Amino acid sequence: MESRITEKLKILADAAKYDVSCSSSGGKRKNENKGLGNAEGMGICHSYTEDGRCVSLLKILLTNHCIFDCAYCVTRKSNDVKRAAFTVQEVVDLTVNFYRRNYIEGLFLSSGIFKNADYTMERLVRVAKKLRQEEKFNGYIHLKTIPGASDELIKEAGLYADRLSVNIELPSEMSLQQLAPEKNYSEILLPMGSIKDQLILAKEEKQLFKSAPAFAPAGQSTQLIVGASAENDHQILQLSNQLYKDYSLKRVYYSGYVPISSDNRLPIITEPPIIRENRIYQADWLMRFYGFNVQEIVDEQNPHLDLDIDPKLGWALRNRHMFPVEINTADYEMILRVPGIGVKSAKKIVSARRFTPLNFDNLRQMGVVLKRAKYFITCQTKTMYRQDFDSQTLKRRILFGDGSVRSSLLTQQLDLFKQVG
Amino acid sequence: MGLYTYDGTFEGLLTVVFEAYERKTWPHTIEQEHLAQPSMFGQNIAVTTDEEKVSRVWKGLQKKLSVGALKALYHTYLWEQPGFEMLLFDYMKLAIDSKECIEDNYAASCVLRVQQAAKQMFREKHRMEAFVRFQKTADDLYYATISPDFNVLPLIIQHFEKRYADQRWVIYDTQRKYGAFYDLNAVTLVNLESQPDKRTSSAANNIFSEEEDKYKQLWQVYFDHVNIPERKNPKLHLRHIPKRYWKYLSEKQPRLQLETK
Repeated sequence: MESRITEKLKILADAAKYDVSCSSSGGKRKNENKGLGNAEGMGICHSYTEDGRCVSLLKILLTNHCIFDCAYCVTRKSNDVKRAAFTVQEVVDLTVNFYRRNYIEGLFLSSGIFKNADYTMERLVRVAKKLRQEEKFNGYIHLKTIPGASDELIKEAGLYADRLSVNIELPSEMSLQQLAPEKNYSEILLPMGSIKDQLILAKEEKQLFKSAPAFAPAGQSTQLIVGASAENDHQILQLSNQLYKDYSLKRVYYSGYVPISSDNRLPIITEPPIIRENRIYQADWLMRFYGFNVQEIVDEQNPHLDLDIDPKLGWALRNRHMFPVEINTADYEMILRVPGIGVKSAKKIVSARRFTPLNFDNLRQMGVVLKRAKYFITCQTKTMYRQDFDSQTLKRRILFGDGSVRSSLLTQQLDLFKQVG
Repeated sequence: MGLYTYDGTFEGLLTVVFEAYERKTWPHTIEQEHLAQPSMFGQNIAVTTDEEKVSRVWKGLQKKLSVGALKALYHTYLWEQPGFEMLLFDYMKLAIDSKECIEDNYAASCVLRVQQAAKQMFREKHRMEAFVRFQKTADDLYYATISPDFNVLPLIIQHFEKRYADQRWVIYDTQRKYGAFYDLNAVTLVNLESQPDKRTSSAANNIFSEEEDKYKQLWQVYFDHVNIPERKNPKLHLRHIPKRYWKYLSEKQPRLQLETK
């Protein structure tokens, strides 16, 4: 028995790990029935894998049998891998026993498409239902929505799950046709739209009746693969921007394509594009938390994010006329735009300056990182630098000067380019 | 200037504040009674904790500070790092003497340091909430030991009480030698006479339930298989889980080999 379940866990965790979502926050499920678990607070990462990613949920596929043949996916029909399937009870037991030992915040359950969409979705829903109703489980549940599943099933999934997600994976219809012939955009966007409608409906009902059932209280998310197809950063970020606006997604995840597949429909790469993925995440953050417009980050003229520097610094270097910013008088929004100053530092600055005019020492003590910021700010009209640098010099100084070290990852990738060239 | 000694409790510290104002003698050092060395200079003042004085100081602070700032004071007390008593005293004195609320004045060093201490406490608390690993004993008790950098056990109890409302559990701080025990109704603080230690002998293994090794092994298997070797990043890994926390984590222990049946 033991060895069977171990074997299944190996196969089905391996198959699920390329889905990068691990968030366990945003749920509002309280433990009110003296049951097991509580998901009202912030998310918790219970461990970290050796690749540095958070382990918060038991992330597995129900099965890796699949009728689809998407080129980028390990689970694709034509790939020669071991197949396995959990029973509903096995997933429930694993989740509950891991949760009770404080290994995880909950379950992230996805699946290969087994027979058809509804058949698969119905099984995913059954796991969630059993956890909620029989085990009185109040931990976090993230269910994948299978494109093509019926509205009723999606609706039921939302009653038990904290988050639902449909993965778009490929950032354009054209790539989808090439790499995932069985899928199309309208079929993916359809469940996304109906989840969005349900979310709005549930919210309205909640305002009328307090007892109205919650629908996926942590909202919906999706994932885009970066580097498996030809889209540039401008196209990708434009799409995310649209998804945030039109489908009110909580998160768009980006997964740098890991060359797992020898499928000849895919580009040949040796290393996952980790730095590019990181820059796209930084840009995503700028759109969601820093008040940036997607057009300010990338546009037709600059369709790619600079790999050497973060996109906020990139923006600042293109917009030197907006700087320097006087720390003691500038608006919060403008302080937030200074490279190197994050939300926490910006808030601290704005509240501390009410007591006393701030100088560079104050900033340093408050923990504001000045490595990049010092070139873009003044404190009581004083700058840290006499001379004016042009943008090129500035970039070089920030990257290499002042004894700064390059990120080891960047060095690693630059070395690789050298090897190739 | 004087050397104040107190009984080591938070209430004792608040009493010191009261006494200092009453005597108009500001402390240069505040120490716990049993640690204190009499000072050759200035006065030595031994303070006895007094409910009445405690509540007057606390009420005074409540008028000057938000709930968040009061919490930060208590957390700085649990932080227990050298000099925390004087730091707290300086903060409370600044708060009492100022007309305006001082809690956001990060340009004042005691405000900044209390905020930093509270942040360290928050991090350690959050880490304990994440890294505690329960082991199920044969009599259905979920047992975990911790030895956090700071005294965060009082701060994590509520989290675990809400989460594991339907199982009996113990979290024991091996360094400070006390623990929290939840019996399905309420949490009590306990001192165990002998704590089960999984390393002492193989006989100790018997106290854990039969399925314990099975789930520990499954967890290790899971941990190894969610990793993407192509993305290996040891630096980032270590930044997230510094080595001193590995002792808690079953996934960071030698791999269990179960007999296959």
